[in-house]
Amino acid sequence: MPSLDDLKKRISSVKSTQKITKAMKMVASAKLRKAQESAEKGRPFSEKMNNIILNLSKTITDKNNAPKFLIGTGKNDIHLCVVITADRGLCGGFNTNICRKAKSYFEKILKEGKTLKIFTVGSKGHDQLKRTYGKYIIDKISYKNVKKLSFLEAEEIGKKIIKLFNDSQFDVCKIFYNKFKNVITQIPQAQQIIPIENLKKEDEKKIENFYEFEPEENEILNDLLPRNISTQIFKAFLENAASEQGSRMTAMDNATRNAGDLVDKLTITYNRSRQAAITKELIEIISGAESL
Amino acid sequence: MEENFKIEIISPEQIIFSGDAKAVTLPSYEGEMGILKDHISIITFLRPGILQVKKADGNSEKFFIEDGTVEFFDNILVVLSASAINLKDLSKEAIDNLNKAAQDKLSNKDISDHDRYILNHKLEAIKEIRV
Repeated sequence: MPSLDDLKKRISSVKSTQKITKAMKMVASAKLRKAQESAEKGRPFSEKMNNIILNLSKTITDKNNAPKFLIGTGKNDIHLCVVITADRGLCGGFNTNICRKAKSYFEKILKEGKTLKIFTVGSKGHDQLKRTYGKYIIDKISYKNVKKLSFLEAEEIGKKIIKLFNDSQFDVCKIFYNKFKNVITQIPQAQQIIPIENLKKEDEKKIENFYEFEPEENEILNDLLPRNISTQIFKAFLENAASEQGSRMTAMDNATRNAGDLVDKLTITYNRSRQAAITKELIEIISGAESL
Repeated sequence: MEENFKIEIISPEQIIFSGDAKAVTLPSYEGEMGILKDHISIITFLRPGILQVKKADGNSEKFFIEDGTVEFFDNILVVLSASAINLKDLSKEAIDNLNKAAQDKLSNKDISDHDRYILNHKLEAIKEIRV
């Protein structure tokens, strides 16, 4: 049975924790609004980019001469997984969800006897993956000191990936990130960026589009595809940023509520033991008086 | 008669401009290009230059563009550019900085012909803005 003093200390410590989580929730919700806005604003760009590439790729008749970024190296042996996570914790299952999704994919790849290479973006993902998959991690990047991720950072990663690809370090590249659906739901995504995932069936009807190209198709594709990689990574950044804040907000909301419950419970215990102590003292006084 | 078509200028961060236009002049890779309604479907690149939008109400908007991709399809013109800036928002200092950066690069002898081509157009566009 903890003493009255101990209980008092615990109550005040839980209360101050509650204050912190509450403040973090406020901060997250303010940041969320901004992040959500930019995620939604950023969506059209990557969607349109994808559309253009899909349309372009349909017009390519000579599949053998098509750029490697589009059709891949023709092999399927080495998989590069870019796992994009946050640099900060205390955001619920945000980082764990991405890692879980990535891990299940890693297992699949390894079971099939293929080579796995991991590129982590964000320190939390690296921390979670290094224990089990440390030997597969070829590169890591963390933007802890950058306040707001911009297109430049995405381009930096894009260039790294492109360089690796040109050195034929991998055949297939996938990125893992959380897609922001709403404040409570974030869906971990695995998106293949090299080669570009096969066109969906429903798009087939658009195949009769005739485009004029200036310069040639291949030239356009050669320029556009590397750019598309950065764009997709940037999209992942934006979605991730919004998801992180959303996830943190819900996590901190829950934490605040739990802390409140705990304070209530502890206060009841505190009051009970206080009363018990008083009763005990009274009994002692009374039985002392009786014995006289 | 309806002569307008939709134009969207989109950067990775946001939609910079969206609306109806009568005519658009854009600095395509192989020369200036004018686009009116019912233009043939086209995909092309942009080189540095000035993109001019003649809006449905007769007013014009000008954007300085460093690079980008353009798709015209079904009377919708989509301009994807990481560097589109409305001329109104471009300060004198920013122009000077751009000018200096471009000139510095151009004086470097190691650059390829392609880069030189792009940089020359950039300088030209900057000159045009200044006038």
